[in-house]
Amino acid sequence: MKNRKEELIYLYRVMLTIRRFEERVVLDYQSGAIPGIVHSYIGQEAVATGVCTNLRRDDRIISNHRGHGHCIAKGADLNRMMAEIYGRKTGYCKGKGGSMHIADFNIGMLGANGIVAGGLPIAAGAALAAQLEGGDKVVVVFFGDGATNEGEFHEVLNLASIWKLPLVFACENNGYGVNTPVKYATGLEHVSERATGGYGIPGVVIDGNDVVAVYEAAKKAVAGVRAGKGPVFLEFMTYRWRGHYEAPGLPDLRPREELEVWKKKCPVVNFERKLLENSIISREALDTINTQVMQQIEDAVSYALASPLPAPEDALDDVFSS
Amino acid sequence: MRKISYEQAASEALVEEFRRDEKTVHLSTDVPPDLREEFGEARIRQTPISESSFVGAAIGLAGSGFRPVVNVRMATFGFVAMDQFVNQAAKITYMFGGQARFPIVYRMTVGASKSFAAQHSISPYSMYMNVPGLKIILPATPYDIKGLLKTAIRDNNPVICFEHMALGAMEGEVPEEEYTIPFGRAVIRREGSDITVVALAKMVHESLAVAEEMQQEGISLEVIDPCTLNPLDKETIRASVARTGRLVVVDEACITAGAAAEFTALVVEDERIFRRLKSSPKRVCGLDVPIPYSPPMEQYALPSREKIKAAIREAMA
Repeated sequence: MKNRKEELIYLYRVMLTIRRFEERVVLDYQSGAIPGIVHSYIGQEAVATGVCTNLRRDDRIISNHRGHGHCIAKGADLNRMMAEIYGRKTGYCKGKGGSMHIADFNIGMLGANGIVAGGLPIAAGAALAAQLEGGDKVVVVFFGDGATNEGEFHEVLNLASIWKLPLVFACENNGYGVNTPVKYATGLEHVSERATGGYGIPGVVIDGNDVVAVYEAAKKAVAGVRAGKGPVFLEFMTYRWRGHYEAPGLPDLRPREELEVWKKKCPVVNFERKLLENSIISREALDTINTQVMQQIEDAVSYALASPLPAPEDALDDVFSS
Repeated sequence: MRKISYEQAASEALVEEFRRDEKTVHLSTDVPPDLREEFGEARIRQTPISESSFVGAAIGLAGSGFRPVVNVRMATFGFVAMDQFVNQAAKITYMFGGQARFPIVYRMTVGASKSFAAQHSISPYSMYMNVPGLKIILPATPYDIKGLLKTAIRDNNPVICFEHMALGAMEGEVPEEEYTIPFGRAVIRREGSDITVVALAKMVHESLAVAEEMQQEGISLEVIDPCTLNPLDKETIRASVARTGRLVVVDEACITAGAAAEFTALVVEDERIFRRLKSSPKRVCGLDVPIPYSPPMEQYALPSREKIKAAIREAMA
């Protein structure tokens, strides 16, 4: 990034891209164009954006079921993402994975994982690989507060700690595991206490809706991990606007007024206002970015729709590698 | 030819492959001293007793260009990490559309016979056979474990190597010169004309002993060791049964929904073979109980030479 101004505008563009992408996915899901289930990232855009903007192409990330934002922020191609979500042959996984399993190994996106905490051990292995390679690559693993009650989470905190793995734990605490409040499920105010108290891993609590705060915290964490200081735990306080996943009839048991409070903390709108107030960007330039992003999303959908569905017998391919 | 133990043969396979490919990494709670000495702490890595973490870490290593070998020790401990085996290792190549390779070897001991009781005795390979995406090998001799393990380490997929606990000290001929054994080729351990016996792991040796004894009664057994369960050499088994018209499967895993049922099905589902059967196929398997501790009960729960003979006589009648 050339300067601070460009950096801030880049953060805005990425967040906006995620927001618009996710809005379109929700719409197309509701219309029946997208099969299966999708977990919307709306409301949490600042986390993926602020973290991944600190990463190099050869750094690696592992994502979870709510993974579209992580993919976009790491630089994944929107066309191939949308095609995958649409179940098309041209998708990242040839239509075999769908919304929950997008991966692009060429950009260090080692896959989104549909099992809560299931990606954490894999991330530990990727971090061990980085350590064995002897360079300064880092690995970031994204997971939610719900993952912190899984055994795999605890096993990996321990492993990362004793092996001093170059691993950033990026926990998106959106307050709920499906409909279960995190305070009930963990008995804690902040799940990062588990990393600091139990495993000696430094933990930081960050406003996950403030992209600059996320960016700065991740920058510091990534620099330390890159320098060989061992793992760091970042807990981003945020909120998802949609239900756990898009499905007709899925009850959302969270208090309605909670959502209203968090909507006022919208990561995209608030950052946009700050950019304008501080004259980082003009209204005109902002509109241009909005138009460009909308066009990209439109192009991605067109690409997906123009792409062929897989042949039924393609189901037999890729069980094993040659 | 020189004779070495099953365990030594496995160890030789590892040493040779670790010399051959510097991307190999070993993860285990018990560190093999010879490997540690030659290849160092970084590559021969000691893990805490934390199966999910290291079974899964192997996937991340493999996806990042390494070639991990994981010694899980007993198959019963492997169950602690079932998410990583079944949801992750087995599916990751497929659900990402084949864009990355995951070369991993997981070693686990199976079987019973040592009064280790239920939580240290089991033969769960059919559970894994029901999971597409995992290659499964089941070496029964020192020669086989060396050659199959070397192939497993070079394979670009997750491979589970099941090793029977009673075979570790068993000695057998292993050549000095290098060799590998391809997957998916059953070995006819003994040729015969009256009845086909498909036997797994330790039961290969029990069945061969039975074959020797029954030869004196004038019954000729053909003993087949599938060697690898995925890929499975169906053709060798089918061809043998088409010739003999009789099948007995011997496996110490519990009888219900086991590998033995699969072998039986692949024979009777083949119309051509079905019509040539002279008697219904028989299974000699472990009983449907957790493995008991006390020796008389444990022996009762497992196949024995007497049970194998009884099944063969029944099939011949």
